[in-house]
Amino acid sequence: MVRITIPGIALLGAFLVAIVAVLTFQRPPVDVISTGAPGVGMQILYNPAKLSAQLADNKAPPALPQINAGPAASTVYKNVQVLGGISTGAFTRIMVSMTQWVAPKQGCTYCHVAGNFAADTKYTKVVARRMLQMTIAVNSQYQSHVQNVGVTCYTCHRGQNNPSQVWFTGVTPGSAPGLAEQDMGAGLPTANADGSSLPADPFTPFLLNADPIRVNANTALPEGDRSSLKQTEWTYALMMHYSTALGVGCEFCHNSRAINDWSQSTPQRVTAYYAEGMLRDLNRNYMVPLTGVFPAALKGPSGDVAKINCATCHQGVYKPLFGAAMAGGFPALEGVGTSAGTVAPASVGMGAGSLLGTSKPGG
Amino acid sequence: MAEYQNIFTRVQIRGPLHAGVPVRRGSWEREGKPVFSYLAGIVGNSQVGPVYLGTLGLVSLLCGFFAIEIIGLNMWASVGWNPILFVRDLPWLALEPPAPANGLHIPPLNQGGWWLMAGFFLTSSMILWAVRSHQRAKALGIGTHTTWAFAAAIWLYLCLGFFRPILMGSWGEAPPFGIFPHLDWTVAFSLRCGNLYYDPFHMLSIVFLYGSVLLFAMHGGTILAVSRFGGDREVEQSVDRGTASERAALFWRWTMGFNATMESIHRWAWWFAVLTPITGGIGILLTGTVVDNWFLWAVKHGVAPTYPAVYGHVVDPSLANGGK
Repeated sequence: MVRITIPGIALLGAFLVAIVAVLTFQRPPVDVISTGAPGVGMQILYNPAKLSAQLADNKAPPALPQINAGPAASTVYKNVQVLGGISTGAFTRIMVSMTQWVAPKQGCTYCHVAGNFAADTKYTKVVARRMLQMTIAVNSQYQSHVQNVGVTCYTCHRGQNNPSQVWFTGVTPGSAPGLAEQDMGAGLPTANADGSSLPADPFTPFLLNADPIRVNANTALPEGDRSSLKQTEWTYALMMHYSTALGVGCEFCHNSRAINDWSQSTPQRVTAYYAEGMLRDLNRNYMVPLTGVFPAALKGPSGDVAKINCATCHQGVYKPLFGAAMAGGFPALEGVGTSAGTVAPASVGMGAGSLLGTSKPGG
Repeated sequence: MAEYQNIFTRVQIRGPLHAGVPVRRGSWEREGKPVFSYLAGIVGNSQVGPVYLGTLGLVSLLCGFFAIEIIGLNMWASVGWNPILFVRDLPWLALEPPAPANGLHIPPLNQGGWWLMAGFFLTSSMILWAVRSHQRAKALGIGTHTTWAFAAAIWLYLCLGFFRPILMGSWGEAPPFGIFPHLDWTVAFSLRCGNLYYDPFHMLSIVFLYGSVLLFAMHGGTILAVSRFGGDREVEQSVDRGTASERAALFWRWTMGFNATMESIHRWAWWFAVLTPITGGIGILLTGTVVDNWFLWAVKHGVAPTYPAVYGHVVDPSLANGGK
């Protein structure tokens, strides 16, 4: 007979505590940076080990030397719908850079048909054109969010054909048959909300549709605010996504004693606010219209297109690529000399001529 | 000489096994043959059993079983009856209350009806158990303090899951069943109501909770410290103070000028423990019903201090752009 002794129980307990500690705790030290008034606990925490790993993983690649020579690209090349107004030198520089950013292994023929670069036969070229327009729109229309840092293809792609951080609508668990409770939006571990059991898809209502994010009453006493606790859980899930996507805590934007009070918030909250409208625009007007263009393998379980959230660019860092102002080296990506946002996305396989014919540049 | 100077009890009293005082006529008999257990003796009495089940106990256990069954089977269904996922994801799984649009109506089973039913059985189980503890106390001729302490806990449970949802007009306001889900709900509750820490009844509840812990440590420490003088015979020392009681009292008078008595310390502890859920329940009932944003309430009543605006003038951008 095994006799269970007190030291035995204590040893087992210590062992279990050690396992939990090793698997879940961060190795000290943690650097604390106070940003608020003394004593209010507005602190940003950095783990130097984690930070140095992030710094290594989030470096902007070296930019090609500036070239700005030659006639306008549209006078030399056929079917140049977005970058037609810039010089052939600058045009070639962007094309080569895009290859490095998105398809370094496949090269030009990832998008272009060998021998007929003007053809829109490959879906990747149709997508790339729309993404080029999107990049220009982000850099020129949403400076309220991207400011002088801007974005390039690399911000999301990081040398991959497809950005690693995207989202699809409706994580529908194969669950709740018959009389059992249907999926109520919560109750399964979700990486979208930092591993919590909060609603698993806070993106569809807030970053595709425009459901109200704010759930707080702005009056001390009840004066008609009907926001429910369930609504709050959806907002909470979205905020946890913001937090993990940027690698920051709540107090990067909010004063936790009054989460909804703008006058006590940090300026970063204003920047984040402008991202919400931007993401809705990008998902609705750039990604969703491309649904028919993408092959089924790149779509979500319900056949929807990959969509954008904070993590797509930020990838765990408070400023993508730690604020490297990559876009500044490519004036065309900031809209200089281009005709952005004017070409409607088209389906693959149409001849170059027909695409040219349907587009209405200018405006 | 027996020792008490240890985290665990090192003294195990093993007299003859006894079934206790005779039960009244008409009662059930106590169930099971009592046994001695070394492990039980480390943390409490080494004699285990017999147990008095009784009608109330039986019905209470059945109700509790139904509740756990409804919750568990719904959770299992939510992972497609996969046993591995059920175990792995159990802390995350939930049985959610109905959607807010449902109001206080009885929803279909798969849209929150199971939640309502599980809540009914769990509540019945707890109330029946409380009544049972009352009856057992009466049968032994002792006071019913434990029953009322349990009733205080049931009060908080009902405030969260029954009274407040009714006052708010929606079952959707109630917490879900589930380990992490109900914790997420708790944070969401505070986020929605503008920070529950500014709710004065929440403050009181915290005072009583931490106070209970402090009193527990002070009392436990005092009695263990004087046990070598017989201080563990504290109940009889309420009326017949001996050297242990005098030393314990003197220790606290020396250190803080005042001491509880062998009797009053137990009243202190009981009231602190019982007031924790009572004040907490009041704080919950006020939230959303008569106060919608506790931070603004605290500003209005001069509770929340103002700090320098070190971030400059940050304005809601939705107002800056004409509401968009």
